[in-house]
Amino acid sequence: MRSVLRLLEGDQTIGRGLPFWGLMSLLFAGALAFGVTAGSFAVENCSYFLVWVFMALGLAFMWGLGGTMSFGQTAFFGIGGYCYAILSTNWGVESGLTMAAALLSLAAVALSAAVLGYFVFFGGINGVLVSITTLAVTLGLETFLSQTAGPKWAIGRAELGGFNGISSMPPLTVPWHGDNVEITGRSLYFGLIIFVAITYLALRILANSKVGDAMVAVRESPLRAEALGYDVKAILFVGFVVGSVLAGLSGLLYAGWGQYISPDTMGLSAAALPIIWVAVSGKDLTATMVGTVVLLGLSQALAIYGSQYALVSLALILVVSIMGCPKGVFETLLRRIDSIGGPGDQNSKPVRKSSLDRSEVLL
Amino acid sequence: MTQVELIALAYQFGLAVAFLILSAAGLAVIFGMMGIVNMAHGELIMIGAYGTSIANRHGLPLVLAALCGVLASTATGVLLERTVIRRFYDRPSESLVMTWAIGLFISQAALIVFGPSLPSISSPLGSVAFGGFSLSIYGLLLIAFGLAVPVAIYLLLSTTTFGLHARATMQNVEVARAIGINSGSVYSATFALGAGLAGLAGALYAPTMSAVPNMGGSFIVQAFVTVVTGGGNLVYGTLPAAAGLGLVQTALTAVFGNLVGVLGLLAAVIVSAKLFPNGLAHRLSGKRFS
Repeated sequence: MRSVLRLLEGDQTIGRGLPFWGLMSLLFAGALAFGVTAGSFAVENCSYFLVWVFMALGLAFMWGLGGTMSFGQTAFFGIGGYCYAILSTNWGVESGLTMAAALLSLAAVALSAAVLGYFVFFGGINGVLVSITTLAVTLGLETFLSQTAGPKWAIGRAELGGFNGISSMPPLTVPWHGDNVEITGRSLYFGLIIFVAITYLALRILANSKVGDAMVAVRESPLRAEALGYDVKAILFVGFVVGSVLAGLSGLLYAGWGQYISPDTMGLSAAALPIIWVAVSGKDLTATMVGTVVLLGLSQALAIYGSQYALVSLALILVVSIMGCPKGVFETLLRRIDSIGGPGDQNSKPVRKSSLDRSEVLL
Repeated sequence: MTQVELIALAYQFGLAVAFLILSAAGLAVIFGMMGIVNMAHGELIMIGAYGTSIANRHGLPLVLAALCGVLASTATGVLLERTVIRRFYDRPSESLVMTWAIGLFISQAALIVFGPSLPSISSPLGSVAFGGFSLSIYGLLLIAFGLAVPVAIYLLLSTTTFGLHARATMQNVEVARAIGINSGSVYSATFALGAGLAGLAGALYAPTMSAVPNMGGSFIVQAFVTVVTGGGNLVYGTLPAAAGLGLVQTALTAVFGNLVGVLGLLAAVIVSAKLFPNGLAHRLSGKRFS
């Protein structure tokens, strides 16, 4: 147990020592306090932000550590959301069946991620082509679901609904003394805060374990990692499936939060959003977790002036922040905070890329 | 199947292939030479179409208007390359995010400046009747362009000094630089060429579809699909990939309808990515350019 907890800090994650964990605890306590004191609309709105954090963390994990930039996050988000919608519409809320629907949806996401990951990584696709292949899958799924209007596209009692998607499925419920308690509003918010915290800590442990080290070795040079005896394809595959399942978790939580899911969540612009969050925040887990919530809040605040103005400003922020802060805004900030706490981590000097790596990328 | 039906089907096939080639050409040139996936490709196509449409409305004949469209997208490409893209040459995934943001900016700015749509241009040249089936002459022109573009690029790369420098830069940047080739200006010219080809696609298809800010979206999937399947070479990659994918799409659309056609296209990509992970061009020519 102690050896597992020691992995909370390490070379693959930023943040160590008392100042960092003190700050994180303050953040956690602040988030809980917000849930108690803020109005119910603000709390529900914050739940909406938190729902997306899992997907962003999943991408930060597979991209930041393993170097796999997947456009498939929203595809798995959609699969998770649609599976939950279909299952819970058919099964209803009796005796905790929504939880069973949620778990089964996650299993479906894991299975589809494994199938796609098998084709991509064991098929020998690499580099930028992985991104484009996953993009093709995402757009294919969107195209398919967009035309599923009408009663002939129904699974049991759930009509897929084409462009409009599925709505009014039940929210997540827990059976409690013979009653079914709906997890909405404040209870959903607290559940999400705790779930985000658990996911974040678990990913930190995974990142600093041997799995994370192997993923970084593959990212830096697949050739070198293979020569050292690592199974490159299997490592990339594992990272991809872990990240994709987290995207599916976001999807089913989104469906449970808004009781609504539509093909829009998988379009070209939606598919790029998680990549934007991670790229602007920095590919570190902490940076992504904080950055995703901030960016979502920012784009919502800008949307008051009309969605086209929000998107134009968002695009400008993105261009400026990547040019000015190539490592990500929040990652740069975090490194500052980290260096206050101690002499800084001397172990993780940036690895210089050799020209060999670059020619591989071009190929 | 009668002769008329056969010709009708061949015409559909030609249109599908031409669409794939024209929408992919600019993307393929930039990806093949620089390894950059230009996510703003669709928006450059949109600029080409908007330039054509606006110039045409101001009284220019369609040919000159199309030229304006191509110039507009080329100028945008030069501007982007000078200000942003050149900082990201050796960082493929950052450049992908960056070009996506630029594309988003362009399409939303077009929405703010020009509104939700531009009045459409009527399709020129009329059509010829053929045994109860009418072929649009403009469609035949599109097919001709679809074949001419790869040939023109091939000639550009194999016969001119720019082509020689470009091929050298692509094979090995360090050595090319060492023997005195200005790789920076080769990259600039390549990006401008890619942007110009995107604009050409927009200009050519402007009379056939409505000009809306996100019209690039209807090209971009086919463009990616073709480049992924074919790799970065227009003659050895894009052309056969477009022919194969066009065949799959036309056949499936004719038998099962539009949806299965599009889905079949995407499935063909995944299968081909598994069979030829480095693109068709790699398999057909042994290297990326000959």
